[in-house]
Amino acid sequence: MKYIDEFRDGDSARHIADKIAAEVKPDLAYNFMEFCGGHTHAISRYGIADMLPPNVRMIHGPGCPVCVLPIGRVDLAIRLALERGVILCTYGDTMRVPASNGLSLIKAKARGADIRMVYSAHDALKLAEQHPDREVVFFAIGFETTTPPTALVLRDAKARGLRNFSVLCCHVLTPAAITHILASAEAREIGTVPLDGFIGPAHVSIVIGSQPYVPFAQTFHKPVVITGFEPMDVMQGILMLVRQVNSSRAEVENEFSRVVTPTGNLAAQQIMAEVFELRESFEWRGLGEVPTSALKIRPEFATWDAERKFELVYASVPDHKQCECGAILRGVKRPQDCKLFGTVCTPESPMGSCMVSNEGACAAHYSYGRFRDLALVNKGPTASNSIAT
Amino acid sequence: MCLAIPARVVEILPGQRAVVDLGGVRKEVSIDLVADAQVDDYVIIHVGYAIGKIDPEEAQRTLALFAELSEAQNSPQPLSVMGEVL
Ligand code: SF4
Repeated sequence: MKYIDEFRDGDSARHIADKIAAEVKPDLAYNFMEFCGGHTHAISRYGIADMLPPNVRMIHGPGCPVCVLPIGRVDLAIRLALERGVILCTYGDTMRVPASNGLSLIKAKARGADIRMVYSAHDALKLAEQHPDREVVFFAIGFETTTPPTALVLRDAKARGLRNFSVLCCHVLTPAAITHILASAEAREIGTVPLDGFIGPAHVSIVIGSQPYVPFAQTFHKPVVITGFEPMDVMQGILMLVRQVNSSRAEVENEFSRVVTPTGNLAAQQIMAEVFELRESFEWRGLGEVPTSALKIRPEFATWDAERKFELVYASVPDHKQCECGAILRGVKRPQDCKLFGTVCTPESPMGSCMVSNEGACAAHYSYGRFRDLALVNKGPTASNSIAT
Repeated sequence: MCLAIPARVVEILPGQRAVVDLGGVRKEVSIDLVADAQVDDYVIIHVGYAIGKIDPEEAQRTLALFAELSEAQNSPQPLSVMGEVL
């Protein structure tokens, strides 16, 4: 496909790998966090970790929206569907996120709850129009990429006076989470790894632009390179980070200039600002309460806010004791460090959220990386052959 | 679920909607967030909404950089200027 295949060329990726190998300084450690689950997926799928010198390490960040959704939020959605009889609509990946009492949305559906998977927020709105006698709630999750569509349907619902529709808003913000990883005392207490740079989100940055990362890069003196999701993009982004570290720079650079601009999509930002305002604090799985890191629906749209309409009260629920998702989301542990990985916890029956979406660190490692851990598998002299072409 | 893919706009429909072609598959999406999208533009589609447009010149520039990198590998002289291009 155009604008995909050209960025998957194996030879070019190997050339970039050679450049990285030639430019890294053997006495330096390069710990880079890829914030976005899309990058985690690409790094596992194309064997990018195998193409890097041993002192360049990629660390999974908390940028998978399904992985960071806390149990308590899924519980709210399940209760709406099971106890309040609403039609609950949500994106596919959300359906399998483990919640309290061994439940998930998909298991609640098996118990008779009316839960429907939608591809788009628009489909949820259409359902409300088709069922005027039922309450339809859209369980909205995601970063700045999925937020503008939610804002648009809220605006439309208000414009049409569609009173049987509401949104359970769980939208979270990227820059706040990145800052939190480096800035907060709690994050330091619960443990983080030293980070030398960030691969900045691709599609989130289409919406917010590259500018919001500038204060972050300056304050923490950490380089950020906004990078596309194709393997060559990721390799090039890593090369750009290596060069910044080598020259002690901490700038925001944009590898993904074919879609990301400094100011981003202004129409999308405008509709977000019209419909949402900052939440004082929001719980993230693995990061705890993060101040000003999420959005809530403005009072003007209260009629369409499921939290107000159904008087929902949020309660935090701890993760399964043996699940290491929290540590994985903070970059301090790897999926293979979890006792449940690949045995009790698999993509078919996930115990933790990182095993649910194919952008989650555990699911990505389960699908593409786990055979590398087996001593029997010969990695071969040129591990870089693993790049897909 | 953050993944989005490039698609070509093949038809603009009323109500800020459009038909796009995703590698041979046609789909109706919203272009409310990229109101200036035209037929033959490439847009990034995410959860049924176009969220941005691909700039063909910038895409070409990035690909040219990769091509330069390959040539540099094969030539005896390293091109030290490449890092400054992006
Ligand atoms: S393997 Fe499962 S239980 Fe363990 S950290 Fe990953 S998602 Fe959590």
